Amino acid sequence: MHDQPSVSELVQAVKNFVDHSAMPELKGRAAFHARVASNVLATILRDLDAREANDGAEYERLKALLPDSDGKTRQALNEELQGRIRSGELTIASAALMEHLKKTAIAQLKVDQPKYSGLATALED
Amino acid sequence: MSEKQEFDSRLQAVLRRVYGEQIALASANRLSGGASQETWLLTLSGTGAPDTLILRRAPEGMEATDDSRAIGLPNEARLIRKAAATGVAVPEVVHVLEPDEGVGEGFIMSRVEGETIARRILRDDEYAKAREHLPAQCGRALAGIHRIDGSDVPRIRESTGLAQVEQYEQTYQEIGVCRPIFDLAIVWLKENAPKPLAPLLVHGDFRLGNIMVDEQGLAAVLDWELAHYGDPREDIGWMCTNSWRFGQSEKRLGGFGDVEPLLEAYAEAGGAEFTPRDIDWWDMLGSMKWGIMCMGMYETFRSGADASVERAAIGRRVSETEMDLVNLLEGQRHA
Repeated sequence: MHDQPSVSELVQAVKNFVDHSAMPELKGRAAFHARVASNVLATILRDLDAREANDGAEYERLKALLPDSDGKTRQALNEELQGRIRSGELTIASAALMEHLKKTAIAQLKVDQPKYSGLATALED
Repeated sequence: MSEKQEFDSRLQAVLRRVYGEQIALASANRLSGGASQETWLLTLSGTGAPDTLILRRAPEGMEATDDSRAIGLPNEARLIRKAAATGVAVPEVVHVLEPDEGVGEGFIMSRVEGETIARRILRDDEYAKAREHLPAQCGRALAGIHRIDGSDVPRIRESTGLAQVEQYEQTYQEIGVCRPIFDLAIVWLKENAPKPLAPLLVHGDFRLGNIMVDEQGLAAVLDWELAHYGDPREDIGWMCTNSWRFGQSEKRLGGFGDVEPLLEAYAEAGGAEFTPRDIDWWDMLGSMKWGIMCMGMYETFRSGADASVERAAIGRRVSETEMDLVNLLEGQRHA
């Protein structure tokens, strides 16, 4: 498939339209939703950039954290992690667990809401 | 007559019953609200009545809100009157709508001047004094709220801290997503739940956005629909939850102050004595609840019930609370 313009370029073009053409013409609830839409387009751009690397890093961490992880998908390992947390086998006492969850949350938040205050708090430590 | 004219005319009849035939309804403008709960600004002309009033209503057939925890507008009005009698700053309820008045369910109250938008309260210079006053004012207001005897108000349920953990855990499991940070927080909250206190009437949504603030500070406590019997620390912890600090994380209380002056004023006004650490569990409960509420709001998009971009986007705010939960759990690990 061709990618000129690429998906990111197309999303950026739509974002430009929302920000510079549509939003100034809108009022009230429609203007609010246009602002939300613009933020969503920015999230999409960050997601497109970061997802592959984030998923890969998360997968590697899960494989290191959980035994017998060979051949299991990232989703399957996350479900296994969930099960071990629910059963009390893995708790906040596990430094490896906490480090994994913190890295996962930071990566997700950098895509979803990079300006959120809790992200700065996490990065301070 | 159009539907709006019909509505205005019925509303004017209600107002004339309260204030006399010499007054008229000049305008009724919808301010905000979802499909089931509306807020209207009423402008009146004639003598013997305020120039403006606020109407809170649910249209006929919409009385049952989508939130099963809500107590309903008539009960909210009853509680606001009780809060006033206890000395809590609230709007004055001037009339509770009757079914035969034909304008739905709800009540009319005084319009309290001030600001509810958190970012303005936290950042604008004109609220600098208010931010200084607010912690102690909130402490005194909460002590008053927690003293209200709501025994003759129907539909106020009991919901303790641990019951809320279990309720939100159930919601999370029904949604069926795999977000292990929530599982870890739920396990920790269950294992570290504080000894329950005798249930008191709590506001249930006490935070910036739901209080009216003027230049001197707290002007009125609004939005009583989630009131219930529960642990008084819930109201304090909710205001401390990082999601309700609106970006000003370093100020634990609502982004405007420290929790200590609130706790001091709360005890001085007759509330129990708590330390900041007593609030930690409730602070974490708040992040867990808000995260699962965001998941629930996104579910209304995913299920097709609400197609708005706002409902879709809120699903990408769950990670805010995941980050807060990780930060709080880390803190507990080193505690």
